Amino acid sequence: MALLELQEVHTYYGGIHALKGLSITVNQGEVVTLIGSNGAGKSTTLKTICGQTRAKQGKVLFNGKDITQMRTHDIAKAGIAHVPEGRRIFPKLTVRENLEMGAFGVSDKKVIEEGIERAFAYFPRLKERIEQKGGTMSGGEQQMLAIARGLMMKPQILMLDEPSMGLAPILVEQIFDIVTELNKEGMTILLVEQNANQALSVAHRGYVIQTGEIIMKDDAHTLLANPQVREAYLA
Amino acid sequence: MMLNILPQVLVDGLILGFMYAVVALGYTMVYGILEFINFAHGEIFMVGAFVGTEVLLISDALGALEGMNPFVALFITLIIAMGITGALGVGIERVAYRPLRGAPRLVPLISAIGVSFLLQDLVRFTEALARNEFYLNTPPLFTGTIPLGSWASIPTKGLVVIVLAIIMMIGLTLFVGKTKWGIAMRAVAQDQSTASLMTINVDKVIMLTFLIGSSLGGATGVLFSQNYGTIDPYIGFILGLKAFTAAVLGGIGNLRGAMVGGILLGMLESLSGAFMGPLTNGAFGAEYKDVFAFSILILVLLFKPEGLFGEAVKEKV
Repeated sequence: MALLELQEVHTYYGGIHALKGLSITVNQGEVVTLIGSNGAGKSTTLKTICGQTRAKQGKVLFNGKDITQMRTHDIAKAGIAHVPEGRRIFPKLTVRENLEMGAFGVSDKKVIEEGIERAFAYFPRLKERIEQKGGTMSGGEQQMLAIARGLMMKPQILMLDEPSMGLAPILVEQIFDIVTELNKEGMTILLVEQNANQALSVAHRGYVIQTGEIIMKDDAHTLLANPQVREAYLA
Repeated sequence: MMLNILPQVLVDGLILGFMYAVVALGYTMVYGILEFINFAHGEIFMVGAFVGTEVLLISDALGALEGMNPFVALFITLIIAMGITGALGVGIERVAYRPLRGAPRLVPLISAIGVSFLLQDLVRFTEALARNEFYLNTPPLFTGTIPLGSWASIPTKGLVVIVLAIIMMIGLTLFVGKTKWGIAMRAVAQDQSTASLMTINVDKVIMLTFLIGSSLGGATGVLFSQNYGTIDPYIGFILGLKAFTAAVLGGIGNLRGAMVGGILLGMLESLSGAFMGPLTNGAFGAEYKDVFAFSILILVLLFKPEGLFGEAVKEKV
């Protein structure tokens, strides 16, 4: 059974038919990437999964359970962490408070402290900034915080929406290294990216989305070698 | 001669200001999260005054107040009034505001004004039915005054207002600053949709905000009725307006701003009430105190539209 499965999902977004019968699956332990150009429906796919926009038709299954109509906070509680586009950290909360909010559903204080320690192990920069307000940090630091915050809830799947957006190349490298590292430790990841080259090189499988439809799906290295993909997304 | 009364004027201003401040907190908390002015908040304060007065009147009629420690009596009264007004606030949010979330901003505002009228008339109707009048005299729990040096004195009931207001402010500050639900409140104020990704139930946080804001307003109603002795169903209107003004003066959405704004407004009102007459040779008397206080407000807002502690809103890129 797939960990996460979208079956023929149709979503409308501001009057636009944004997802037209989208089907994707993510299995336990995989890194799956969804690539496509701006406005293809990548973010809408993630928003539909976490209930921020509703699928009008079709189903979203998580661990075999239908979560299509569940409310966003309940979907998160079920084990889906969504690191949204543009990082969306809480600008006026400190780094520590941001992390604590990530663990809002966790009641054991010890587990929360361990989570914070783990976040610092991944992102030592955050430790230096612990009492700083999130909004005062650089874009790269904010992205690290957003990912660390997503991990605080101990999710079964981590969904990253354009984590490389607006970051310097060296930071992009670092973010994708973290993705690989997290996956090695067993984390399932659904990665949405415009940076198709980087995304396909860390993923196991990939989907290519265009105007709300999946037009190609394959192993990541096959897609990476595909001349059509190379021309459209890797040029 | 004028300087002699200054300390007393300041003391009076402080008592009034602390009441404004606590009520202002209710406005500013709700605004911080929903960007919506809950105009019914003044009426919540009024209901608190009536619940408190009724509790005392009924206990008095039953002879229960006889020999009871006034602090114990006040404590019980406050608990009951805060419970009822807190529940009332949550109920109003559920019935009159939540269904309108996402509607254009004016719509919930109109709903709030409707709730205001409803509460005023409901209280008037109930009191008129039960007691044949809706101007009530609150049984005083505290008498006597405490001298402060040779120039000023503070009535015990006024000191009680200040001490309890400070306790409520400190309590709220600690709650919002340190506790998990308090941090969640700030998170929801900053970004609702992301907060829900953190498993935070935004509706619950909004309910909690109304619960706390309304119970603080209700408690202030009890303190008000103790301090001034007479209440009617319309006291919430002007006091609510001033507390709202205080919240704007301090920077709406900002807790510290509401506290400072409230105290400042109370002081201004007291000072202008006492000194405007003598300073203008009687041309403008104490009846112009509100004009003076609001003129100061307009001046502040002209030069600092975001309020004293507010942040200038920048266009998002």
